[in-house]
Amino acid sequence: MGIESKDLLSMEQLDCGQVKLILQTAKEMEKIIRRDIKKVPTLRGKSVVNLFYEPSTRTRTSFELAGKYMSADVININTTASSVVKGESLKDTGKTLEAMGADIVVIRHGMAGAPKMLGSYLKSRVINAGDGFHAHPTQALLDMMTIKENLDGFQGLKVAIIGDILHSRVARSNLRGLTTMGANVWLCGPPTLIPPGLERLDARVTYNMEEALEGADVVIMLRIQLERQKTGFFPSIREYSQLYELDRRRLALARKNCLILHPGPINRGVEISGEVADSIQSYINEQVTHGVAVRMALLYLMLGQKGE
Amino acid sequence: MKLLLQGGLIIDPKSGLEKKLDLRIEEGKITEIGSNLIEGESEVLDVRGKIVAPGFIDPHVHLREPGGEANETILTGCQAAAAGGFTTISAMPNTKPCADNEGIIELVKNRGSRAGLVRVLPIGAISKGREGREIAEIGSLYKAGAVAISDDGNPVTSSEVMRRALEYTKLFGIPVISHSEDISLSAGGSMNEGYWSTVLGLKGIPAQAEEIMVARDILLAELTEGKLHLAHVSTSGSIKLLRFAKEKGIHVTAEATPHHLLLTDEEVKSYSTNTKVNPPLRGEEDVHNLRMAVKEGLVECIATDHAPWCQEEKEQEYSKAPSGISGLETAIPVIWDTLVIKGNMSWLEVIERFTVGPACVLNLDRGYLAKGHEADITVIDPNLRKEVKAENFYSKGKNTPLDGRSFQGWPVMTIVGGKVVMQDGKLKG
Repeated sequence: MGIESKDLLSMEQLDCGQVKLILQTAKEMEKIIRRDIKKVPTLRGKSVVNLFYEPSTRTRTSFELAGKYMSADVININTTASSVVKGESLKDTGKTLEAMGADIVVIRHGMAGAPKMLGSYLKSRVINAGDGFHAHPTQALLDMMTIKENLDGFQGLKVAIIGDILHSRVARSNLRGLTTMGANVWLCGPPTLIPPGLERLDARVTYNMEEALEGADVVIMLRIQLERQKTGFFPSIREYSQLYELDRRRLALARKNCLILHPGPINRGVEISGEVADSIQSYINEQVTHGVAVRMALLYLMLGQKGE
Repeated sequence: MKLLLQGGLIIDPKSGLEKKLDLRIEEGKITEIGSNLIEGESEVLDVRGKIVAPGFIDPHVHLREPGGEANETILTGCQAAAAGGFTTISAMPNTKPCADNEGIIELVKNRGSRAGLVRVLPIGAISKGREGREIAEIGSLYKAGAVAISDDGNPVTSSEVMRRALEYTKLFGIPVISHSEDISLSAGGSMNEGYWSTVLGLKGIPAQAEEIMVARDILLAELTEGKLHLAHVSTSGSIKLLRFAKEKGIHVTAEATPHHLLLTDEEVKSYSTNTKVNPPLRGEEDVHNLRMAVKEGLVECIATDHAPWCQEEKEQEYSKAPSGISGLETAIPVIWDTLVIKGNMSWLEVIERFTVGPACVLNLDRGYLAKGHEADITVIDPNLRKEVKAENFYSKGKNTPLDGRSFQGWPVMTIVGGKVVMQDGKLKG
């Protein structure tokens, strides 16, 4: 058993069983990360290409480490220093990588649908590491791993995702993944940052942060992109924090010991207070470890088992 | 050269004629319509089981020449039109350079007639450079042969400029074609705003981006008593506004495209850039209301908004790819299949939207069959079902979301000025 479809593009394509398999595999992988010698030969002779059209530190690094811990050859393509700046199309870049023998291409792109497009051109497998506002399945999986490891399952949990929902691929992927696993997902943000049709995706929507936090088992805070203020989605960072910053006082509304997650990088004092970010309830650093584990699991399930 | 179209069902919406009759063409004109016409020395074309209709008119195509020849030329656009069953097309002015001067109007006209296939009627720009700041030399454009003016592709953002255009064109009696889009609402958007834009993470364009401008232009048409034609209306709200305008007696006409009548925004879930079009594919309710409006005649014509793009242009990320669908070679079967076979429109009604409707919008003495009138004729096989094969398009633009889909009701012959330019899907001569 592995991941059947050639590409991993979004959470919609994973059913409950597949999510469980990935999370179980990731748990095994986490043991490798915690070893002194973090190297297994599983993916020896396989090549992983990180094709990142958007800046990223943690996602790119964790894919890189995930590959390296399993002995794959990992290449990072920095698009600002490649032929992309010479105007090469995504298709041509992808074809070139395939011709060089890439087994898997991990793509991060600012435009929704780009990974799907790339996958349709290539025989290599493609993993979506975030595309526009569309999807970020590996982030959702690592968030879900963090929840599962600490709360023992998803059924009936109240998960509040708070912030800029409109522009968030993390919110969309978590919504899909978590509802598939039986959690109740609340989405919360100012009305200008809530897209239409979320109810059809089984989300509960509120503009009121207190309502979203009430009895929540998990709170996922989203990073507020500072440039959104310039395009008029909210009047000022100051006002945004007054309305939507997770601080001690608001956190008290959630269930005791509720988990606090954040995909990072965090804006201290904007969407989350420094005190809360550093508190014992914050699992932000654990998320990062799980990020490597989940990506190892995916690379293994998509590359490692074939032909063995 | 005499031709005899024998045994077809002649449908002429203008006169209401719908009868199995023969039709004779001599010297490019229709000379006889009657039963059991003698063959004599006429070449006989057996059209039994087919529908013989006035030549179809497409009031909205993009031929890309000059400036965009990689995507289409006037010749290939004319070939696509003939293959698609159209005898007259009118070409939008958003070429490079644009048709804001009589030189480009002349060029389009001349190359159109040099192609020798279908009639090409140029449309001039509303404003100089299509920039929406100053009105173009509309008088010169008209004299050179422009049948309408439009900044299509761009809205006229200034209400003042739109007002002057609607006023000034009264001098010539030609319509102002509105590309209704509030760009402050639509900027950066690449699909309809709604459930699917949320799911797909693409920036949405709300229906109101179209409707606000439709409303504005209707009010300006009321103010000026000019002739307003609304290009590619696509939303329920636009239809409500259109009804309001017509009930008030404001001079406004409208067109709908085959793709807006067939497809919904759910189509975009493939991320295929061939589904990207402006205005975007809308929701189910919009499609339903648009079909009703076409049936009712509130929207009086079908227009393809044929917007060909070469492969390289469309093979980009969805939000980066240009908008447009290559529509000339699928319009008739799409409409036939959607509105006649699966819908509730009669053959006559559909033919009317392709003939009398656009002729009325553009003030053309075309779109009907009569003795002594030019023999522009479209013959349709209402039973022919086949698949769309984009690779076989005459158009350089293979950009259609319909590739591989099957439709019933295809044009099988196009006659322009008595000359058969297409037969059985293949160009002649």
